[in-house]
Amino acid sequence: MSLTIPSIHYLVLLPTLILFGASLLLLVVSALVRRPLRPAAGTAVTVLASVATLVVTVAQWRDIDRHGASTTVAHALALDGFSVVATAVIAVSLGLAALVSHDWMNRARVVGSEYHVLALASAAGAVLMTQANDLIVIFLGLEIMSIGLYVLVAFDRERTRSAEAALKYFLLGSFASAIFVYGAALVYGATGTTNLSSVAYFLGSNVLLRPGLLYAGGALLLVGFAFKVAAVPFHLWSPDVYEGAPTPVTGFMAAIVKVGAFAALLRVLVSALGTQMTTWRPILWVLVALTTVIGASLAIVQRNVKRMLAYSSINHAGFILLGVWSGTVPGASAALFYLATYAPVVVASFAVLTLVGGEGEDRHDVAHYRGLARRQPWLGAALAILLLSQLGVPLTTGFYAKFSVLAAAVDAGGGALAVVALLGAAIATVFYLRWTLTLFAEDEGDVDRVPVPPATAIAIGLGVAVTVVFGLWPGPIAALTQHATLLFTP
Amino acid sequence: MTVPAAWYLVLAAILFGIGALGLLTRRSALIMFMCVELMLNAVNLTFVTFSRTLRDIGGQAAVFFVMVVAAAEVTVGLGIVVSVFRRRNSTSVDELAEMKG
Repeated sequence: MSLTIPSIHYLVLLPTLILFGASLLLLVVSALVRRPLRPAAGTAVTVLASVATLVVTVAQWRDIDRHGASTTVAHALALDGFSVVATAVIAVSLGLAALVSHDWMNRARVVGSEYHVLALASAAGAVLMTQANDLIVIFLGLEIMSIGLYVLVAFDRERTRSAEAALKYFLLGSFASAIFVYGAALVYGATGTTNLSSVAYFLGSNVLLRPGLLYAGGALLLVGFAFKVAAVPFHLWSPDVYEGAPTPVTGFMAAIVKVGAFAALLRVLVSALGTQMTTWRPILWVLVALTTVIGASLAIVQRNVKRMLAYSSINHAGFILLGVWSGTVPGASAALFYLATYAPVVVASFAVLTLVGGEGEDRHDVAHYRGLARRQPWLGAALAILLLSQLGVPLTTGFYAKFSVLAAAVDAGGGALAVVALLGAAIATVFYLRWTLTLFAEDEGDVDRVPVPPATAIAIGLGVAVTVVFGLWPGPIAALTQHATLLFTP
Repeated sequence: MTVPAAWYLVLAAILFGIGALGLLTRRSALIMFMCVELMLNAVNLTFVTFSRTLRDIGGQAAVFFVMVVAAAEVTVGLGIVVSVFRRRNSTSVDELAEMKG
């Protein structure tokens, strides 16, 4: 009996290998040296790894240009424009978050390199999710990403809330993973394969007489994803976890979990279950409507800014889901555009929160932001721009992101849903504007200035630069995401 | 006498249901944790049963991945439970009420 080894295209695996390799390298080195590594060493390795990943995505993009999209490792991984752009977004988020974390670690006196080891491993899992063309590989990516994040959420040893948030996140996260993998098992039973292209092929060439098993499996997969991206009504964990986690981790988590989970969700729904669109669209309709409206409404009543941004990120998840709902090529690229522009903005927003929150993270009330832009014009203006971009003000990337998902939804016949989503955006205006106006309000006077360390300043600056530059000139990212189509589309 | 495959699937569904119900109703983090494991093992049983009825080895291979992931989750999960227990001397999730959703 002979064993066939699947052919492996190493260029596809390279981003995962770089990120995971850097993680292992840090782990081994910190085990071998006598003293704990300085935070700078971990930060340098992480930033280098994310830059290297970005370089590899350029090579991948050129490879696709020449040879077209392909699959490798027995069709378990896909190399298409979509996965390349999503990988690049994850690499950028990782790099920015590492810079923010560097200053946070210095301030919180965290030594050792474990933080960066876990962040790199989580990013590797997220990258695997964007490339996965098999339900089991999606599950593996999801778990690699999540297990690292569970520990990162618990990283702040000084605060009880950090460990509490980690326990909540862990219990609900593993519940979601179990639901997801049960869905994968049922889809396997219904179609005889876990490979997404084979599922699509099977469903395209067979008529299921009893589709119950497939529907149950698909519904469970959807619930698993809805938990991960915090779509209403599966969002209850997210405000607590966002609040409890160390602030740089919150920004990192908000960015990479969304990119990884939405990339996999798009691949499952649009590529594999594209033939069942009439079945899953009504479910997503309800999810989008609830997520955009309830996410925005609950954000208004929050006083804690981390919780406010948690609900705001639920609102954003609703908009990205709207792109998924379209189920079309423009819908998928609009969702990707949204992710690509939202990720740097959210990392930079939480970077500002890290600075203002201060040591012990006890300054997260909206009142602490009163007059920030008067005391520190640069920091205040940066936060104002980031908030306005999340609100979707013209001349920022947020505007084009919202516009493109709405346009894709209307083209796909979702006019009513687009109106509901716009209602959610209108409600969100209230708290974004209120917060922005607070920044420029008169302060009480004797408030200390917030120190702005250089690495965090660079991260915030890059986030603001992305939203302003590509807000004025959205052509490049729009062109990139429009060419970044999924491997199989209906 | 052979046991029909459907029985295994029903058993797995019941086990999954017990796990899910337990996770939602029990208040001890450790028991909730065991419920997740029960759910994952119900998934394994489903995979193996389908693998048998479909005469396809893929389902059995999937079980290995699920088992490895479950083991990794145990390691991290118990670590988190221990760190919470050290602070509070309790693993009940009802006392984790510092933050209100």
